[in-house]
Amino acid sequence: MTARAAIGLAALLALLIAAPALLGGYGLSVLILVLYFAYVGQAWNIMMGFAGQLSLGHALYAGLGGYIAAGLYFHYGIGPWLGIFAAVAVAVAAGSIVGYLGFRFSLAGVYFALLTIAFAEFTRIGFDNWEWTGGSGGLFLKVERGVVDLANLRGGPVMFYYVILALAVGALVLCRLLLESRLGRYWLAIREDAEAAQAVGVPVLWCKMLAIMISAALTAVAGVWNAFYYNNLFPETAFAMGRSIEMTLAPIIGGLGTLFGPFVGAVVLTGLGEIFTAAGDRLDIPGIKQIFYGVALLLIVMYRPAGVWPWLAARLGFAERKP
Amino acid sequence: MSGARLELAGLGKSFRGLRAVHDVSFSVPAGAIHALIGPNGAGKTTIFNMIAGVHAPSAGTVSLDGQRISGLRPDHVCHAGVGRTFQIVRPFKGLSVLDNVTTGALHRRPRLAEARDAALAILERLGLADRRHQLAESLTLPDRKKLEVARALATEPKLLLLDEVMAGLRPTEVDVMVGFLRDLNAETGLTVLLIEHVMRAVMALAAQVVVVSYGEKIAEGTPAEITRHQAVLDVYLGAEEVA
Repeated sequence: MTARAAIGLAALLALLIAAPALLGGYGLSVLILVLYFAYVGQAWNIMMGFAGQLSLGHALYAGLGGYIAAGLYFHYGIGPWLGIFAAVAVAVAAGSIVGYLGFRFSLAGVYFALLTIAFAEFTRIGFDNWEWTGGSGGLFLKVERGVVDLANLRGGPVMFYYVILALAVGALVLCRLLLESRLGRYWLAIREDAEAAQAVGVPVLWCKMLAIMISAALTAVAGVWNAFYYNNLFPETAFAMGRSIEMTLAPIIGGLGTLFGPFVGAVVLTGLGEIFTAAGDRLDIPGIKQIFYGVALLLIVMYRPAGVWPWLAARLGFAERKP
Repeated sequence: MSGARLELAGLGKSFRGLRAVHDVSFSVPAGAIHALIGPNGAGKTTIFNMIAGVHAPSAGTVSLDGQRISGLRPDHVCHAGVGRTFQIVRPFKGLSVLDNVTTGALHRRPRLAEARDAALAILERLGLADRRHQLAESLTLPDRKKLEVARALATEPKLLLLDEVMAGLRPTEVDVMVGFLRDLNAETGLTVLLIEHVMRAVMALAAQVVVVSYGEKIAEGTPAEITRHQAVLDVYLGAEEVA
């Protein structure tokens, strides 16, 4: 990291910490979305950006995490900080099953992606029929106004903002440490050429399993946060294909396999989304927002196929080589 | 680093009934350089893949210093002390030259900084140190071949399998690679088995040559003996003269 990049990063972090004092309710809610997508993007990037395994079913882990923690709180009053362990354990178990089936039997590329979609889909159908979590009617947490109870994750946007900020920074630091470890280097080798990696001693199956388990664990934490922030869960949205896809967009737009790509991508995507929503309201043409959004994504992917961040980093004089 | 003895006993491989390799036996003593030659499609790379753990043999065994390694996974074969290069080079294209070799070095040195130092030392020996920050995909073919050798050496093997590393090199580059391998072998006692079509390299390096044709061993001897062997001339060297 260049000195310039270090100063830039410190300034950005200071701004993010001060943000609730500087922004109104609307601005804060947008920033919360940015950090949420940066965080889940970081988690998904471990699989696709580092280890080269395409998952299009990450809603599975977020959904399971959210439902487990919310269900334990709803039924037994078990707080989310405890429930998160159960949530992570279940998501990691699910990730292990998906990973083992896919990697042990050498399902590669799109076939592996189809498997991840299938698991998310039948889990959705399962939750539609599971009464403990409210079935298709959904699970609702009681909204308590004016309470700030960090122990039970009950409170207003400012509290949720700081929690997601801590998660996003934590995930960034974790990914940085992983990339500087043997495991991280082995992931990159597998992404580039699994057979050549195995020839230099990389235990390919085990490394891929660790990638999906770590990614699922981080995603489950996002699911818990999401459930307590929105206070409601429906199988139709929690496990939806669209939910899985939106998790992949920030790292793809920002730069696959880069550390800051997911954050930059989340800023671009959420920013564009808000601008186009406002423009759509002004123009009063139904669906115009989606058209703008689609065209914008198309242009970014066409002109910056390696992502916005590597290009931006070079312009700003921050040297983050793509590892 | 020191060499290990390689022994192939009755090695065979069939792919869905197609007999690719049949009853091949030979050994390479510790610290020796031997060559495996034969016409295209003779089964040389299949034999390499069985040694390296990519294919499990249908019959027979491979052992290294008396320990059976056939049937092990490629990463376990690497751990047992076998380094290999691929005939069609397979660098980690999107990684730098240094990171490519570091990946190999991490196998015996789990700390990144130490692995990087070891990788750099190997790159210096092979004359690739100047290009260490370049992406592997930007290298020329001769440099990719060198990178392939460097990455395999970084795993600190006792036996190095080289699959046509001279192919595509100019004669002067062949001589440089031959010199490097000869020095390396003299210094470390590393055992080397090479598949090679470039006879200039085979003659200069190999103490013994094994010839395979249609999956079977048809001759074995010193390079001088092999070039006079009638069966070899018929299937291999003669064919090359015509071509």
